[in-house]
Amino acid sequence: MKVLVTVKRVIDPYVKVRVKSDGSGVETANIKMTMNPFCEIAVEQAVRMKEAGVVTEIVVMSVGALQSQETLRTAMAMGADRGILVETAPDVEPLAVAKLVKAIIDKEQPKLVITGKQAIDDDSNQTGQMIAALLGWPQATFISSITVSGDTAEVTREIDGGLEKLTIKLPAVVTTDLRLNEPRYVTLPNIMKAKKKALEVLKPDALGVDVTPRLKTLKVVEPAKRSAGVKVADVKELVAKLKNEARVI
Amino acid sequence: MAVLVIAEHDGKELKPGNTNMLTAAAKLGDITVLVAGKQCAEAAQAVAKIAGVKKVVLADAPHYEGSAAENVAALVLGIAEQYTHILAPATSYGKNIAPRVAASLDVQQISEISAVESADTFVRPTYAGNALSTVQSSDRIKVITVRATAFDPAGEGTNAAPIENLPAGPDLGLTQFNGAELSKSERPELTAARIIVSGGRGMGSAENFKILEPLADKLGAAVGASRAAVDSGFMPNEYQVGQTGKIVAPELYIAVGISGAIQHLAGMKDSKVIVAINKDAEAPIFSVADYWLVDDLFKAIPELTQELGS
Repeated sequence: MKVLVTVKRVIDPYVKVRVKSDGSGVETANIKMTMNPFCEIAVEQAVRMKEAGVVTEIVVMSVGALQSQETLRTAMAMGADRGILVETAPDVEPLAVAKLVKAIIDKEQPKLVITGKQAIDDDSNQTGQMIAALLGWPQATFISSITVSGDTAEVTREIDGGLEKLTIKLPAVVTTDLRLNEPRYVTLPNIMKAKKKALEVLKPDALGVDVTPRLKTLKVVEPAKRSAGVKVADVKELVAKLKNEARVI
Repeated sequence: MAVLVIAEHDGKELKPGNTNMLTAAAKLGDITVLVAGKQCAEAAQAVAKIAGVKKVVLADAPHYEGSAAENVAALVLGIAEQYTHILAPATSYGKNIAPRVAASLDVQQISEISAVESADTFVRPTYAGNALSTVQSSDRIKVITVRATAFDPAGEGTNAAPIENLPAGPDLGLTQFNGAELSKSERPELTAARIIVSGGRGMGSAENFKILEPLADKLGAAVGASRAAVDSGFMPNEYQVGQTGKIVAPELYIAVGISGAIQHLAGMKDSKVIVAINKDAEAPIFSVADYWLVDDLFKAIPELTQELGS
């Protein structure tokens, strides 16, 4: 079966982001960018399913700036077969992304779509669910395991109180949680091989999708800083502070 | 303004954080709460008593068991046009359903709001809480998830709101619920706890995490974990505090052997008092701590447990 995986290029999660002084957003110039960690898990899952003989072809797609081609190359170095980039402004909204992904799905007809549960830049946690909604497909969000058998899949979802087990009909959209797998490191030979794989670049117009934003960002500010703390010498002093100063125990 | 709130409940009562969402909803207009589930009439009665609730609509059917995102979203779509705002909690339950509703309505959802500025303008944290964005929506219906820790819980009202039965929506039959494995604990739930004791990679093993238990028991605290501790397999994911886990803001948060990665700070830096215990004097967690102790946790935690008992 064919699988479609989506990936997003984001600011590296270990970089401390800075809000621009004019309040229009965060600094992105000369900042290290990387594949969103949950998207990496999504790619890894597809590659493992291909290695297990369940999947025959992995199409990876991204929506965003032209530099997202690098992110697609990384996914192809991990094992995806070919890439599609829909080139847009970098801060396209989840609903528009979902519409663009749907347009590609209509053409590619995958049986399974794997997305990350959230991107660690805008923290929206929407796109996978929106893709499923637009297609009228089942969804299984925040999964920690998936086993495909015929036209269904058994999944385990991470929910607030523990785990939930579902059987979903295929085609379906699943979104990845942390414990689904541990993504592999890409090797140099695979990076070289990925350079030869097909990568198509499209514009939203070609797919007939309107990506006009629905939300207007009025301002972006830094959150209030916590005031400086106190170093305590030992456990006794800590307990005394908590009892007499903070009065929380 | 008419607000529809999608309640998360266990069949008997609301889950923690849902009354905080009602405080946010009250800023927007008259509140109707949807209670959908399997055998959940008791939950509807509990919801009716909460201050600010004007009406409760109850949809009780077997196909709303579990998370049931597809069926609950279809049910919401059946009544959505009567409302100006649709709110859900920013929990694994609400995050599963709300975007499905939003996309079906051709609406751009506003995720995890932390403040209501006006009927169309909201504040939401992005970049692991390192930036606060104020956004204005031009959509005809606003679909929103609410971060519980940003709002005070609503109290009990004077009169019980009326409960209407809502005919069940379609059973789409897209997914089949095969049960849930919920962690059983005598301790309070993470998002509802007054005190949390959290461990990180410094705990070293799943076995070592047990030294936090006597301390948590003595404080009546919930136990949490950093993503590094979950990644290392020390603790299950439902204990994870952080950008990609649970967002908490207890009165006292004790971080043990946690270095303080950006993604962890995102989940706990709104706690009232933060204590950090780490043997690394350079640990970034100290930058947000009110009190910090540079010490070996395997020495400090038993000492702290004992000190609290005396």
